[in-house]
Amino acid sequence: MTILRAGSPSAGAELSTNSNKKPMMQDPSQPSLAARLARWTPQMVLFPTLAAAFMYVVVFSAWTLWISVSQSTLLPNMTYGGFGEYAALWKSKRWVVSYQNLFLFGALYVLGSLFVGTLLAILIDQRVRFESVWRTIFLYPLAISFIVTGTVWRWIFHPQTGVERALNDLGWLSANFDWITDRDMALYVVVFTGIWHASGFAMALILAGLRSVDGDLIKAAQIDGASMPRIYRKVVLPTIWPIFIAVTVVLLQFAIKTYDLVVALTQGGPGVATTVPAIVVYDLMFQRGQIAQGAAAAVMILVALAIVIVPYIIWTNWRAKKEGQTHG
Amino acid sequence: MSSLLIKNLRKSYGSVEVLKDINLEAKSGEFVALVGPSGCGKSTLLSIIAGLESVTSGEVLIEDKLVNNEAPKDRDIAMVFQSYALYPTMTVRQNMTFGMECRNIDKATQDDTITRVAALLQIEPLLNRKPGQLSGGQRQRVAMGRALVRDPKLFLFDEPLSNLDAKLRVEMRSEIKKLHQNVGRTTVYVTHDQIEAMTLATRIAVMHQGVLQQYAAPKEIYENPANVFVAGFMGSPNMNFFSARFVSSDAESGIALEGGDGALLPLPDGQYDHLTDGQPVIFGVRPEHFNPAHEGRAARKGNTSAVVSVAIEMDEPTGSETILMCKIAQQEAIVVCEPDEAPEPGTTMAFEIDMSKISLFDPSTEERL
Amino acid sequence: MAETTHQAFDPLATGSHARQLRAKFTVYALLVFFALLYLSPLVIIFMNSFRPLEEIVREGFISAPNALSAQYWVEAWSSFCIGGNCEGVSRYFSNTLIMTIPATILSTAFGVVNGYALSKWRFKYDTWVFGLITLGVFLPAQMTLLPWAFVLGKIGLSNTIGGLVLVHTVQGISFTTLFCRNYFVAVPDDLIKAARIDGAGFWRIFRRIMLPLSPPILIVCVIWQFTGIWNEFLFGTVFTSGSNQPITSAIVAFSGSGTGERHYNVEAASVIFAALPPLCVYVLGGKYFVRGLTSGAVK
Repeated sequence: MTILRAGSPSAGAELSTNSNKKPMMQDPSQPSLAARLARWTPQMVLFPTLAAAFMYVVVFSAWTLWISVSQSTLLPNMTYGGFGEYAALWKSKRWVVSYQNLFLFGALYVLGSLFVGTLLAILIDQRVRFESVWRTIFLYPLAISFIVTGTVWRWIFHPQTGVERALNDLGWLSANFDWITDRDMALYVVVFTGIWHASGFAMALILAGLRSVDGDLIKAAQIDGASMPRIYRKVVLPTIWPIFIAVTVVLLQFAIKTYDLVVALTQGGPGVATTVPAIVVYDLMFQRGQIAQGAAAAVMILVALAIVIVPYIIWTNWRAKKEGQTHG
Repeated sequence: MSSLLIKNLRKSYGSVEVLKDINLEAKSGEFVALVGPSGCGKSTLLSIIAGLESVTSGEVLIEDKLVNNEAPKDRDIAMVFQSYALYPTMTVRQNMTFGMECRNIDKATQDDTITRVAALLQIEPLLNRKPGQLSGGQRQRVAMGRALVRDPKLFLFDEPLSNLDAKLRVEMRSEIKKLHQNVGRTTVYVTHDQIEAMTLATRIAVMHQGVLQQYAAPKEIYENPANVFVAGFMGSPNMNFFSARFVSSDAESGIALEGGDGALLPLPDGQYDHLTDGQPVIFGVRPEHFNPAHEGRAARKGNTSAVVSVAIEMDEPTGSETILMCKIAQQEAIVVCEPDEAPEPGTTMAFEIDMSKISLFDPSTEERL
Repeated sequence: MAETTHQAFDPLATGSHARQLRAKFTVYALLVFFALLYLSPLVIIFMNSFRPLEEIVREGFISAPNALSAQYWVEAWSSFCIGGNCEGVSRYFSNTLIMTIPATILSTAFGVVNGYALSKWRFKYDTWVFGLITLGVFLPAQMTLLPWAFVLGKIGLSNTIGGLVLVHTVQGISFTTLFCRNYFVAVPDDLIKAARIDGAGFWRIFRRIMLPLSPPILIVCVIWQFTGIWNEFLFGTVFTSGSNQPITSAIVAFSGSGTGERHYNVEAASVIFAALPPLCVYVLGGKYFVRGLTSGAVK
C-alpha cells in the first residue's frame, strides 16, 4: 500500500457508478415497514456522527466567527460589533510578530523536516541491516507529546542545565550556547525541536514512496552510468514528488496548529520572540478576557489553514479526475 | 411460464442512459447469455436482475412476480461473480453455508446440502480451507458451490471465467454446461466472450451501447445476424464486410462488389426479391464460408455459389487452419482455409463463396436486408 | 507497505570493492549520528530521573551519573507537589488514562461503523456527509474552544474528565472515520453484493464480513487515537483545572513555573510517566503506527 494508491479515488469513483442508490428508487408498490427501515439503516447509523460533525464543523465555526465580530469581551455578548477586533488584532505587535514567526518557523520546519526526512529515508533505503531498528529510532519522537518533547529539549538547551553547562564542565569555559534565552535565536531552537519531532514522519512517508518506485528504473539509470546520488536526485526523487507535496501540506498544517511545543519549550519567550498565533489565541481568550479578539485570531488561523489545504484538495481532486480519464 | 421477464427496462445514471428499453424473456430452464463489448450495459442488466441496482423505469419479473422493489435476498437468486467474491475470512464451508445461515435453515439441512453440492463439484477436500489457499479453478468451483447450495429460482453468472487461464476456462466452460444440464435451472450468464456464449447458451442476447441488438438462439445469431454489429461481434475471425451494390436486369441479377471487375455474384432465389436495382448494400461473408474454387463444395450441395479472385497478402497458420489476409476487389478481407490448401502470400487464387450463407445489410441503417 | 517488500536490487552491492566499503561506511556513519541525536533526549531524561538533585544542579543534565536511586520515581508518582497538590503525577496519570481509554474505544467504534457505512452503502449526498465529517480533521482546535466551553458548561461537564472524553470522542470520530473509510474502500464491493444476495443485511454483513477483515485498521485507529488523546494538551488545559487536569497540563504546570526550587530528577521521572504509555504503544504497534501515518495523513 503506497500513499499514492491509498489516496487514489479512482476506485471510489468506479464504485459510485455501480452503487445502489436505493433511497432514490421510485416505489410503485409499498415495501414493508421492516424493509423500509432496513433500507435506511446506513443513514440512521451515520446520523449521530453527522449531527456531531455538523455541530462541530459548521455550528462551532459559525459561532466562533460570529463571536469575532461581536461585542464580546470577558463573556460572550452576541451583539454585532463589526470588524474592529480584526483591526485591533493586526495592530497589536504581539500578533504581527506571532504571524511572522509562523511564516519563518513554518518554512524552516517544513524544509528542515523534508530534508532530514529525505536523507534518512534514502539512508534506510540502502538495504541497511536492522532496518526496523533504525526506523523505530527515527520515528519514536512522533509518539511522544509536544509537551514532553518541549520540556526535555528545554533542559538540554538551557544554559544552566544543558549543553553549555556540559561544555563548561568539560573544561571549555568560554563555550556559549544560550539560543533558548536569546531573542534572535530562540525561534531556531523551536525549529530544531520541531524537526526532531517531525522528520521521522517525513521519513516514513518518503520511504514508502521510495519503495514504490520501480526497481528497474534504478537499474536502467545505473546502466546509463549515473552515480547513486545522481540517480536519487534526477530519477527517484522526481518520480515521487506527489509525496513531497502531501508531506508538505501535512507539516504546514502541524506548523499552523503549533501550540504545545512552544508552550513547553519557551512559553513564547523570551519576550515575544517565539510567540505563535495559537498562543495568542489562548492568551486573548482565557488570560486577558478579550474573547472577540481571540476568536478573530482563531479565524485567522483557520484562514491560514484554508490557504494551505483548499488548493491541495482542489489539486488532488483535479489529479484524480485526470487520472480517471486517462484510465478510461 | 417464463422464469424471467424484463419489460421496457431503462436505467440512467444522471443524464447517461446505460440501458435503453430492454425487453427480454427467459423460459424455465433456459440458459441465456448476455454478450457484448465492455460498457454495453450487460453487467448493469445483471445487477438489476439481482436487485443490486435499482431500475429507472420498466419492470423485472421473476416467475411472474414483480420484483422491482424486492431486496436481493428476497428474490431467491444466486450469483457467481467475476471476482468470485468469496468471503476471505471464512472457510469454504462457511462461505457456502452463509446464505443458508442468513435464511435460518437448520444445521442438519445445511450439512446435507453441503455434502451433496461438494460431491457434485468435487470440492470435499477443500471445505475447511480459506479462499486464500485455493487456486483460481478451485475458487471458481467454490463460487459455483455457494450458488448451488441455495437451489434458487435463477442463477446469475457475471463473467465467471474471465479470471482463469485459457485451458482452465475451456474446462470450466464445459463443467458449467454439464451442471446446467444436471440442475436445469434458469441461468443468466454475462460474458464478453462470444465463444462462451455460443457454446453455453440456449439463447443469446447481444447488447451494444445499452440496446439489445438481437435475442435469439446461437445458430440463428450466427447464421442470420440482425445487423452489422451482431454480425461483426459474433464469430471469429470477424465477418468480412464489403461495400457492394445490388444489380438487377432482365438477364441476370446479383451483387457487384465496389472496386471489382463488375462480375455479378448470384443470390439464392426468392430470398432477396425486395431489393431494387442499384441499391447499395453491405455484403457480409464469414471467413469460413470461402472454399477453394476447384473443390466446388457449395455447388455440390446444390447451393448457389459464386467465385471470386482472392489476392493473398499474408498468412497466419494456426495449425488447424490457416488465416489468410487478402484483398478481394481491392477491399480488405480475411479468409480461412485448410492448411494444405493455403496458397502462398503474393499469389492470387479463386475462392468459391457459399451464397446461401451470406448476409446483406443496409449501409445506412446497418440492419439486415 | 514500506516494511515488507523491496526490489531485489542492492545499489550498495555494485561497483568496486573499495567503493562499496566507502559507501557502506558513509551510510552507517550517518545513520549512527542521527540515531544518537534522536535518542539523546531519551537517554538524558532517563538517566537524570535516577540522579540526586544536587548532582544535577551542580553538573547539569548532560554528565555521567555518580549515584543512582529509584526514589525519585516513587516521589514523582506519589508525593510530588504539582500546583499545590502533593499527590504526585499518579493522579494526573490516572486522569489521562480514564480520559484516553473511553475516548479511544468510542471514537474507534464509531469510526469503524461509519467507515463501513460510507464506503459500502452509497446513498444520496454520501460524499457530502463524508466531506463534512473529514473537515473535522482539518478544523483548528482554536475555532472550537469557546463553543465547547459553552456546551460543556451547559451540559454540566465543565472541568470534568467526562467532558474531555466527549470532546476527544467527537473530534476523534473524524479521524477514525477517515481511516476506516479509506481502508474499507479497498474491500471489493462484490463481497457485499454476494452477501446481500445470500440474504445478509447491514449489520450481519458488518459483523460477519467487514469486522473479521478489520483488525489491521482497528489497531491503527486504537494506536493513533490512544497516542493522540494521551498527548493532547490544549483541550485539557482549557476545559479542566487543578486536580482534574490530564498529565500533559500537569507537566506544564510544574516545569513552566519559574518560581521555587526545581526538582529536576523528580520532574524527569514525571515526564517519563507522561511519555511512557504512548511510547509503549508505539513500540508494540510500530508497524501499524506507520500505516496509520501513510493512510490517514495523506488522504
